[in-house]
Amino acid sequence: MVGDVSQTVDNVALLPAYLAAGTAVLVLLADLAVARRGATLGAFVAGAAATGLAAVLVGLDGVRRTFCVGTACSYQATGRAALVGCLFALLSLGVLALSVPLLRAGEVPAGEYCFLLACSMTGGVVLGAAGDLITLVVALETLTLPLYVLVGLRRRGVAGAEAALTFFVVSVVATAVTLLGAALLYAATGVVHLSALGTALAAGPSPRESPLAVVGAVLVVCGLAFKVAAVPFHAWAPATYDGAPVPVAAYLSTASKLGGVVALLAVVGAGPGAAAASAPPAGSATPTPLPAEVTGPVLAVVAVLTMTVGNLVALRQRRMVRLLAWSSVAQAGYVLAPLGALALPAGRSPEALDTAVAAAVAYTIFFVLLELAAFAAVVALRPVAADGGEITDYQGAARRRPWIGAALVLALVGLAGLPPGLAGLFAKVVVVRSLLAGDAGWLAVVVALNAVVGLAYYVRVAAVLYAPEPAASRAGDEAAASTTPPEAAGPAARPDGSGSGPAAVRPAWAVVTALAVATVLAIVVGFAPQLVLSVSAM
Amino acid sequence: MTGLGGVDLGGVGLAATVGLPALGALTLALFPARLDRAARITGTVFAAATLVVGALLAVGAADHAGGWSAHRPAPVGAPGPRPWHELDLAWVPGLDLRFHLGVDGVSYPLVVLTALLTLLCCGHLLWRVPAPGRGRTLVALLLVVEVGILGTFLALDLVLFFLFFEVVLLPTYAVIAVWGGEDRRRAARKFALYTLFGSVLLLVGVLTVTTAAGTADLVALTGGAGLPRGTQLAAFTLLAIAFAVKSPLWPLHTWLPDAHTQAPTVGSVILAGVLLKMGTYGLIRVAVGVAPEGARRAAAVLGILAVAAILVGSLVCLAQTELKRLIAYSSVGHMGFVLLGIATLSATGLQAALIGNVAHGVITGLLFFLAGAVKDRAHTGDLADLGGLRESAPRLAGLLGFAAVASLGLPGLAGFWGEAFAVVAAWQRGGPLWTTLAGLAACGGALTAAYLLRLLRRVTHGPASPAVLTLTPRLAGAELAAWAPLVLLTLVLGLAPALVLGVTEAPVGALLEAIR
Repeated sequence: MVGDVSQTVDNVALLPAYLAAGTAVLVLLADLAVARRGATLGAFVAGAAATGLAAVLVGLDGVRRTFCVGTACSYQATGRAALVGCLFALLSLGVLALSVPLLRAGEVPAGEYCFLLACSMTGGVVLGAAGDLITLVVALETLTLPLYVLVGLRRRGVAGAEAALTFFVVSVVATAVTLLGAALLYAATGVVHLSALGTALAAGPSPRESPLAVVGAVLVVCGLAFKVAAVPFHAWAPATYDGAPVPVAAYLSTASKLGGVVALLAVVGAGPGAAAASAPPAGSATPTPLPAEVTGPVLAVVAVLTMTVGNLVALRQRRMVRLLAWSSVAQAGYVLAPLGALALPAGRSPEALDTAVAAAVAYTIFFVLLELAAFAAVVALRPVAADGGEITDYQGAARRRPWIGAALVLALVGLAGLPPGLAGLFAKVVVVRSLLAGDAGWLAVVVALNAVVGLAYYVRVAAVLYAPEPAASRAGDEAAASTTPPEAAGPAARPDGSGSGPAAVRPAWAVVTALAVATVLAIVVGFAPQLVLSVSAM
Repeated sequence: MTGLGGVDLGGVGLAATVGLPALGALTLALFPARLDRAARITGTVFAAATLVVGALLAVGAADHAGGWSAHRPAPVGAPGPRPWHELDLAWVPGLDLRFHLGVDGVSYPLVVLTALLTLLCCGHLLWRVPAPGRGRTLVALLLVVEVGILGTFLALDLVLFFLFFEVVLLPTYAVIAVWGGEDRRRAARKFALYTLFGSVLLLVGVLTVTTAAGTADLVALTGGAGLPRGTQLAAFTLLAIAFAVKSPLWPLHTWLPDAHTQAPTVGSVILAGVLLKMGTYGLIRVAVGVAPEGARRAAAVLGILAVAAILVGSLVCLAQTELKRLIAYSSVGHMGFVLLGIATLSATGLQAALIGNVAHGVITGLLFFLAGAVKDRAHTGDLADLGGLRESAPRLAGLLGFAAVASLGLPGLAGFWGEAFAVVAAWQRGGPLWTTLAGLAACGGALTAAYLLRLLRRVTHGPASPAVLTLTPRLAGAELAAWAPLVLLTLVLGLAPALVLGVTEAPVGALLEAIR
């Protein structure tokens, strides 16, 4: 509007986004030109690693902005953006490692799979730096759009197609809701930049008297709540996770959820770099992009519902991936809980807001790490390219494969928030602490009580893993064929000579590596949680 | 003694007390399954080393202000525990969490008791591993439980205290769920969910205090640290419920009979012997120490519940028909006496609670060992099928009689001091309420005698039942070795209670000074 047309573009700030998009193109070209799986995977790994590295390097360089109108910028390469970009690159790498057996078995076409994953990663990298509502929504859609295809990409079975359709319909509605909210906010204030939005809303008539802005804010929050699968916008998640290939489910519950959280934090907390962006005179706090009086109560209600419903429904799950899906719904509740402190005036002071945002980010980091480890262990324990299966299929799995079983138990116990899963324990401590600092003791008690419900189902799975092996599984591989789902009993399910059980196919080394890295990282941040706390407070 | 950040010999000892069992558990995890016996021996060696190091923590106590015998008034401006040795290292500054350990007269007897019982249990496992075998894992789990319990007793940082409190939960769950009786799964799940319910409230309580005070240092926080009244009351309520679940205090005790009955012998011994003490210790050191204002307001409620626990526990015991279940329920009554002592908030009461803690750990540990021995031989725990044990196994019956008599609080044996002085402390508190409570608690003491004598009559006397006639009366050397220290301690603590009271006197005085 006011800026001149020929503005300069800070290409260094955009480097991670370029690299991520370049990865997608490179993967596609490699698939076309070389047509070998190894080359495609190699291109992806190199590209994702470069993206992560670039994100960190650019982040270390200080705050960079570009596409600015006045002081408001659409793209802000802040520390938070570096963190998000790096996380997305790592999660994409992890998920790719989990997908190796799937690709090797020819269940999904490697080129398309890697291309879509890289596209999704690009969305995530841009999302962390988004400085206005439009960039935010576009980045989030870039993140989500490839997933519709990834969910249903499997060559056999209708479950994937069903899951993809569910996901597609719900997600499109969610995007429409978010866009409608953004449009209403624009109508009310005339700005879309996150850093200007708060000021504009605060300067205008009080939010309570401006129904347009209030409705807009609520719609944006609700639309984004779909992406994190928060109750009551969660119904798509279990069906989609269970129908999707397990690695894609892992991506949905880690990277995609991270994207939703980042987007929510951008509009609810201080947006990336907001403190420095509009540079208000010292002493007066930058208002949050959306009025906290409106978003706080909404988030508090959503958080309470999400963890309670997620945990209670998870108690009744019989299928592994569905259980993980419901548990990740519940975990989204813990992530949102610190922001619920905004519902009370004491939670809206700048320090309390900073604490709440940092706590949400820290919890998310702990969570994605443990969740990725859990999914990696599930992939490693299942026959090649099989779905998650029933929980009873895992009976005695930890006795057949002590290390993988132990890693899965560690991840589950961490998700429950108990030692020896110290990472999860500290995650809970961070959330409860931030809630108490924000004077939201009631919400802290709700979080705490939910942890008890959570333990009930995590410990059930852990007990199944260490239960004596069922007699049928010792009979040999004939039993294996009957317990594995039909679509898995294809060329993939090659019997193992040792005959030590139905799932006794040696897991691919890439899966084991991903599991090992995730587990070691979980143990390291369990003993040195300050690493995560420092990073998330940036 | 110790400068912040600097580590002296005492600090190394503290780290070793917690670190040795952890190291032992890790070592055991790396043992191959076929070296089961070697692994169990290694675990026992680690447990023995822990006991030695733990016992040596008393060295250097005498020349310290809060020392062994030298009771001096607390210096002004330095309230709270004055540990004999300290270890204070930074860990997670973002959460106010420091690796701060310390030992004083309140924690020392419990540390030694924990290390001793764990060693005895490991030794017992050398001799016999309960079904389904895999003794290596069981020993490793016991060592992890020991890490948690010792850490809880030694932690001088509230968040660290909570961490160690939580460490115990899952290993204990596994011990019950894998090596327990027929109904082990349900009992283990009940235990885990109940205790987690307690410890999440502990988390909220601990963080309420630390966010309000801006520090998690127990030494600085003892005495209330100027926390507002409302915060103290809220914190005390949360902490008291948390510890009441663990102790357990009626009506939050329902996990205990199932867990203790279903757990294997070694599990029951650790559960009853030291795990419950985490609750009472926490109540004294954390709940009363950090939120004294709340404690004063809630003392009456706590006292009433404690007396209710004594009466209910005793009455339920009178109706029990299963040996282990009876002993388990007797813990509810005995811990009621301990809690009554704490509720009086007087020097006598707190001293009674501390010695009652130790005595209960020793006696109930012995009782569970003996009950396990009887059940292993007779293959039943039903009192109706156990008559006449004296006829076929006189030594076992004699030991059971000794432990039961000690448990009912016969003067001259360990159980007497804690229970008698809890009643005395309540009486000294005066007023109609506390006088009534003292009277009722004394009646509860009589009921305790009634059910334990009933137990003896049913089990040791009368005509021998078929199950008892066929049992092998011979006691293995390993069994005697495991029981002898406990028998000895029961006698020693009964005859010379000053061994514990002398150590606890100074810190209790300091605590009362701080919370006044």
